[in-house]
Order: sequence, then structure tokens, then C-alpha cells
Amino acid sequence: MLISRYGRGLTGLIVAMTAFWLVLLVIVPNLILLNFSFRPYLPISQMGGSNDVYTLANYATFFHSFIHIEIFGLTVLYSSVVTFICLVLSYPLAFFLAKVTPPRNAATWFLVLLLPLWVSEVMRSFAWSIILANHGPLNAALQGLGLIHEPIRWRTGFNGIIVGLVYTNVLFMVFPLYNAMQSLDSNQIEAAQDLGASLWRIHWRIVAPHAKPGIGSGCIMVFMLSAGSILVPSILGSASSRWFTEIIQQWMFESLDWNTGAAYAFLLLILCITFVSMMTRILNVKLVDVAR
Amino acid sequence: MKRFSVGRLLITAYVVAFIVYMIAPLMVMGGAAINDSRFPSIYPWMGLTLRWFVELFHDGQMWLAVIRSLLVALAVVAISVPVGTAAALVINSAQARFRAVLYGIMVAPILTPGAVIGIATILFWNRLHVSAGLHLSVLGQASFISAYAMLLVLARMQSLDPALEEAALDLGASHGQVMRRIIIPHLKPAFAAAAVIAFFQSVENFNVTLFTAGNTQTLTVYVFSQVRAGITPKINALALLMIAMSLMGAAAYGNGRRRAAQRLRAEQETATEDEVVGARSVAPMAGQQLA
Repeated sequence: MLISRYGRGLTGLIVAMTAFWLVLLVIVPNLILLNFSFRPYLPISQMGGSNDVYTLANYATFFHSFIHIEIFGLTVLYSSVVTFICLVLSYPLAFFLAKVTPPRNAATWFLVLLLPLWVSEVMRSFAWSIILANHGPLNAALQGLGLIHEPIRWRTGFNGIIVGLVYTNVLFMVFPLYNAMQSLDSNQIEAAQDLGASLWRIHWRIVAPHAKPGIGSGCIMVFMLSAGSILVPSILGSASSRWFTEIIQQWMFESLDWNTGAAYAFLLLILCITFVSMMTRILNVKLVDVAR
Repeated sequence: MKRFSVGRLLITAYVVAFIVYMIAPLMVMGGAAINDSRFPSIYPWMGLTLRWFVELFHDGQMWLAVIRSLLVALAVVAISVPVGTAAALVINSAQARFRAVLYGIMVAPILTPGAVIGIATILFWNRLHVSAGLHLSVLGQASFISAYAMLLVLARMQSLDPALEEAALDLGASHGQVMRRIIIPHLKPAFAAAAVIAFFQSVENFNVTLFTAGNTQTLTVYVFSQVRAGITPKINALALLMIAMSLMGAAAYGNGRRRAAQRLRAEQETATEDEVVGARSVAPMAGQQLA
């Protein structure tokens, strides 16, 4: 098929480039990662020697460490919380852009909404660390309004991380929701109104089911970005909140134990694969629809 | 929706509030950049100053990091646009069964956490005795940015009528000519979009770069180290410059789009439909841009 379409020479080039990407940049590195995670951490002199055997020790490190399991669980829990908050925040916005405002205006709204995305994630997290500071503008404003008397400590536990992750990732929920809702025929909404359906019922029975693929891909995107985030937890986290990526980072850079690091990275990958397949099954969406 | 004017008012208010929420941190950044306080904040207000810009301007390390980021981004564009195009061509002519598998493998890097990509890259190349550095960052970033390029090119490819290729071949054109005269011109807009997205994705990237770059700092990594270590507001000055540039970029983009739409309208009467489609395509592209 390719050859008849592009000829031998071009086909060779096209296939070679694709193979370079998929084999050398994607598949083999991940296999090496998997392989590494089952090998012990040894000094260079012993590598390939009699001690260099397959072992489950790196994974055992995780399953024997209560703290690491807890951090893994909390990362999953708070990433889910962030995903849920993003969904709730985005839904009305996406509906407004897709069905309420005319397409011409929607384009303008989008330009404004996109602005924060042009400023890097580090900067955005940094901005929130300024806002949430004990003597920062948020507390000052609340005190000025007389709503509170003492400054609130915003950045305790996972609060800072949640605020930062919701802010940096919420737009990745808005866009897929918008795309999905846009293909809904507005006549359906009007017909439902004419037949006396309540606002709640219209959304529950018509809009939300239609937006299911968008909800699926939005949730996958936000969850992955949150669980895999390094910047937000390290800038906005507190002493009591640690993220799984920070543990991986420690194995890689502080302990220089790349094998255990690889095992932990692989656990993160498994988490993400599990979440994706769960979402695609629950919401009945296809991977093709997710990455669109 | 017109009948529910109260509902409409409420939802509009919500959207405005949302936009304020999205913009407020940027305002705080901007304010902190010109506040004459040793700590990066807008409160208490200590008066107007430009000294953070002066400090930023004299920060040699920052400029080095900027240059590194640009070089990495250009290299990533140079790899991922051709690779993404090749992959799109392959998938476009693959058989249905094979296609789904291929597509899954190609899209997977987008759904893989950056830390995992970074660690996999460094472990693999370390095996081949290539040590960490910006070259590995380029490869690591290209592994998932190529997927965006592939998606954009593939989307554009779907509007190319295969009959055109066949007709050209029947009329005696060589495969090279078909590529040069039909396929590449048709894909040009997708190349431009892919290049822009690849560039910004690369400059933005932190997770992959952190694990692959070794001791070399790109701009994001440098900013991160500054934010972690310090209290100097010169990072706010940098942020303000970035915000200003993105505002100008957005304005230029808006202008360009309007002009392109006008040209289209002049060229053909069905322009309105294209414009709507154009407005729709802003969203997914932007979504992909930072995923």
C-alpha cells in the first residue's frame, strides 16, 4: 500500500523515520526501563557479574515501605480530587462556549482563556505561591474586606497542591468538553425545553451523555498531568504533603539508585495505564477519541 | 437558550468569574515585577521600580538558559515535524487492523508521565554510553512531541483527496513529484502548526528535561531553581516579559486569523463555513499544545 502510493525510495525513508521514533525513542527505552527495574542496584564493577540477576527487590522496597505506599495512595486520591474539581469547574464554561455564546464570540473567549497557557507552569505555580503566602495578597484582601481577622494558612497539607494543579490543568478539561458538546444539536435542547424538562434534567439526560467522550478524555488528561506533575508539588507543597513523583526524583538524584527509581517510575506508569483503561471502559470511549 | 435569560446571565457571570480567576495570577506576577520590595509580592506595595528588570537583564546565567532552551526547541522541531509527518503517512495507508495498534503506540507517549519518559530515555542512552545532557533532552522531548505533530498532520491529511495522487501518478508523475507538488503543499499549514506547537512544548517542558539534561539548565529548569532557592522578584520581571510577549503574540494571531478569513471570503463565497471550522480548530490545538 505504502509502496504503490509513494514508491520504494520514499517509502523506505518514511518507514525508517517512523521506526526511528517508535523503536529508538518509545518502545526500547520503555523496555529498558522495565528491565532496569528488575535488576539490583550495583556498583559499576559488579554490573553484568554474578550478582546482576533479575530480582523483585526494587518493587519489594515499595511494598515494604508504608510511607511510600501512603504517598502513592495520596497522590492517586488528590489527583482524583483535582480531576473532579476541574470537571465541575469546566462543565458550565464548556457549555457556555459550545452552546450559549455564538461561535464568533467563543473564539475571542478562547484567546483570553489561553493566555495563562503561554506562561510556563513554573511561573503559574510561583504566582500561586505568592498569592497564597501568609502575608500575601489573598489574605490581605480578605482582611481588608473584614471577612477574616487573622491570616489563614492556605498552604497546609495538600491545599496548595490542589489549588495549583486545578489552576494549571483545568483548561485541559475545558477543551475536550467543549469539543464534545459542540457536536450536540441545539434543537435537542430546545425540544427538551419545549417538553418542559428542567435545566438539571436536560443536562443529565441530554448534554452530559453526549459529552461523555469529552468527559473521558478531559479526566484522563487532567489526572495524568496531575499525578505526573513535579513542579506544582515541589513549589506549592507543604512539609506534610509529598507527591509520588518527588519520591522518584529522590531515588534518581539523591540516592542515585536508578534501579529503584525505574521501578517506581514503572509503578507510576502502571497507575496511569490503569486509570486510562478504567476511564475508557466506564465512559465507553475509545483511545482514538481521547487523543484528539 | 434565549428564553432562560436569568440562566444566561448566571452562566455569563460564571464565565467572567472564571476568566478573572485565570488572569488574576498573571496580574499578581506582573504587579510583583514592578513592586519595590525584596520579596516577590504585590502586598505590601512599596512603590514602583524597574530594578528587577535591570537585574534580570544582567543575569548571564538566565540568558545562557534562554539560548539553550531555544536550541533544544529548534532541534526538537527539526526532528518531530518530519518524524510526525512520516508517521502520519504510514498510519494513513496502514490496514485497519494494523492501524489501531500503530495508533495506540504512537499516541501512548502523550499519555505517559514526563518523568517516566525522561527516566526511560536516560536509562536507554546510558546503556549506549551516551551521558545525560541537552542532546538527550531533545530525544526525550521528541519522543512525545512527535505524537502531536503526527496528530496534526494526520488531521490535515484527511482533507486530501487520494484521487489527486492517483490521477497524478496515472498521468506519469513520479512519486517524488507527487510528494513535492501535491502532498507537501497540502500539508504545509499542518507543518506550520506542528512546528509552533513543538517549539512551545519544548520550551515549556520541565519533567522530561529535568531527568535528561544532567547539570545543564534550560530556562524552565533555571526558573525552577530560582523559585525554589530564592526570594528575588526578578523572576516576576521575566514573567511579565513573557506575559507581554504572549499578549502581543495573541493579538498578532487574532489579526492574522481575521485577515486570513477576509481573504477566504474574498476568494470564495462559502467562507463563512470555513471560518466556523477554523474557530473550532483553535480549541483542540490549544489543548494539545500543553498536554
